[in-house]
Amino acid sequence: MTNVTPRSDIVLDVQDAVKHYALRRRGLRAPRRSVHAVDGVSIRLHSGQTLGIVGESGCGKSTFGRLITGLETPTSGTIRVGAHGVPIAAAHGTGTVQAVFQDPASALDPRMTVRESIAEALGKVAGRERERRVDEALAAVGLTPEFGVRYPHELSGGQQQRVCIARAIVDRPDLILLDEAVSSLDASLQAQILHLLERLQQDTGTAYVFISHDLRAVRQVSHSVAVMYLGQVVEQAPAEAFDRGLLHPYAVALRSTEPRILDEGTEHVERIVLTGEPPSAVSPPAGCRFAPRCPIAEDHCRSVAPDLVEATSGHLVRCHKPGELTLSGVARADAEV
Amino acid sequence: MSTVAHRRRPSRSVRWPVRGVVANIAIFLILFYVVLAVLGPYLTPFAPNQLNVGPRLSPPSAEHWFGTDALGRDQLSRVVAAAQPALLAAVYAVTFALAIGTVIGIAAGFLGGLWDGALSRLVDLLFAIPEYLLAILVLTIMGSGLINASVAIGIVCIPRFARIARGSTLEIMGRNYIDAARLCGRGRIWIMRRHILPNIASPLVIMTAINLSTAEGAYAALSFLGFGVRPPEADYGSMISSSQQYLLTDPWLVVFPSIAFVVLVLAFNLIGDVMRDRLDPRSRTSAGA
Repeated sequence: MTNVTPRSDIVLDVQDAVKHYALRRRGLRAPRRSVHAVDGVSIRLHSGQTLGIVGESGCGKSTFGRLITGLETPTSGTIRVGAHGVPIAAAHGTGTVQAVFQDPASALDPRMTVRESIAEALGKVAGRERERRVDEALAAVGLTPEFGVRYPHELSGGQQQRVCIARAIVDRPDLILLDEAVSSLDASLQAQILHLLERLQQDTGTAYVFISHDLRAVRQVSHSVAVMYLGQVVEQAPAEAFDRGLLHPYAVALRSTEPRILDEGTEHVERIVLTGEPPSAVSPPAGCRFAPRCPIAEDHCRSVAPDLVEATSGHLVRCHKPGELTLSGVARADAEV
Repeated sequence: MSTVAHRRRPSRSVRWPVRGVVANIAIFLILFYVVLAVLGPYLTPFAPNQLNVGPRLSPPSAEHWFGTDALGRDQLSRVVAAAQPALLAAVYAVTFALAIGTVIGIAAGFLGGLWDGALSRLVDLLFAIPEYLLAILVLTIMGSGLINASVAIGIVCIPRFARIARGSTLEIMGRNYIDAARLCGRGRIWIMRRHILPNIASPLVIMTAINLSTAEGAYAALSFLGFGVRPPEADYGSMISSSQQYLLTDPWLVVFPSIAFVVLVLAFNLIGDVMRDRLDPRSRTSAGA
C-alpha cells in the first residue's frame, strides 16, 4: 500500500496544510481570532501532471498557492516539493518552484528589460550559458530574440505573460504555480497561452498547479481538479469525472453556472443559483461549511462536519449526501432505486 | 547572440525631466550660481575677506559696485564668494538626508514588522521636534561650521525622505515582481537594490529638488544666527545679520546679499516645482511639500 508510485515521481506533497491569519484583538479581554484561509488541505501531485484548483474569491486558493511556493509559511502541516521531497522552507528560492501570476504588468519590473527579467531566475548561471538559456526560453514561449531588449510597457498583455512564463521555465523548475495565469487575458489569448503551457509541459514534464475561478480553463489543462470552499477541498476528482459525475453540491452548482453554448448537444442543465455569501472565514460553521448555502442540506449537515472521503478511486468528496444534487436537478435517492 | 551586441539604448519612460520656459530660467540661474561658486575666487575684483580695500561704508560706486561694508570689504566680492558655501550647504544637506532617509525608508517598508515599527517611530520622533530647534540642538552639540550646519539641516530633512521612501516601498512590495524575484532565489539586498530602488526613484528625485530650497533657506537662517561658516568668510545669512544695524543708514549692505539669496532659493523652488509637474502627474500645484 505504501509507496505505490516511486517517491521521486511526486513533486508536490502537501499534508494537512493550515494557514490562519491572526486578527487584531478587539480588546484585551477579547478572544484571539484568526482568518482560516486554508484549513487542512492535503494534496499530492506527480511530475508532468496538472492539478487545477477552483473556487470563488476568498476560498483560500491563492493563499494555498502562496503556501506551496513558500511565499507564506503554513501555520501547521508539511509541504514538500521537488523530486527529493525537500520541505518548502528549505527549497524556497532555489528555483524548484516557480510561479506565473494573474497580472503580467505587475509581475514584470517596469525598469528591467525582458532579458533581465528572465535572467533573474538564473542566479547560478553566468556568462554565455546564461544568454543561451535566456534565448532558449524566449524561443520556447514563441518570442523572437528582439523582444529581449524591450521593456514591459512596450509589450502587449499576451507578450508580457509569455515573458512571465519564460522566466518561470528558464531554470527548469519541478513545479510551476499558475495563479489565475490566463484570467486577465482575452479569450483568444487565453487559448494560445493554455496551449503553450500544455506544450511546455509535454516537453519538460513540469508539474503545474493551476489556480483559477474559470472552470473551463481549469478543465482544459488539468489532469485532476480540486474544488475549494472556505479553505477546504470539498471535492477532488480526475478530469474525466469533472465532466460528469460530480458529487459535491457546491461543485455541481459551480459547474451549472458555467456559460455554455446552447447547441453543444448537452442535455438541459438547471442553473443552480446559490443564495447568500460564503460564511465568514473567521468563524466557520460548526457542521459542513457549505450547509448554510446548500440546496439539499439537512439538520445532520449543519451539526456534523463531513470528512474528505474517497467515493470512487481517486475521487474524493467532503459531503454527507454526495451525488444527490446533479446538473439536471436534485436526484431523489428514492427515485433512483 | 547578435542581439546582445547591438543592444539599443532603451527608451525609458522618464527622460530629461525638465522642459519649458520656467525650467530653462531655473536651470540658467542655478548654473549661474554654480559658476560663481566654482570660479568665484578668480572673478572677484577684490579678495573677499581683505579689510579696507576701499573707504568704509561706501555706497555703490564704479569701483565698488555693491558698496563696501563697515570694515571696508568689497561687498560684490563677498556676495560672489558666498555662493559657494550656500550651494554646498544645500547639496550636502540634501544628499545626507536623501542617503539616510532612503535607507531608513526602504528598510522599514521592506523588512516590515518590528523594524518598520522601530524605524517609523524614530522618524516620527525626528518629525515631532520643531525643525529649527532640532537643527540648533544638533549644532550646539557639534559646533558651528559649513559641514555641521549641513548635517544638522540634513537630519531635519531625513523624515521627509524616509516617509516617502517607505510609502513608495510598500506600494512596490505589493507588486508580483517582488514575489517573482523571491521565487527566483534573489536575496533581500538584490531585491532592494534592483527592484525597489529604481522604482521609487521618481518621488525621491522630486523630494530632493523640493528640499534643496528648504535646505538653502535653513542654512541662511542658521548662518544668520551664527552657525554657518566661520566669521571672516562670506555667507549670505551672516552678511545680512552683521549689517542689520546699518539697515536704515546703509541699506545696500542688506539688500545685495538678500537679493542673491532670494534668487537662489527661487531657482531651487522652480526646479522643484518643474520636476514635480513632470514626474508626478497627480499634483500640478505649486504648493510646498
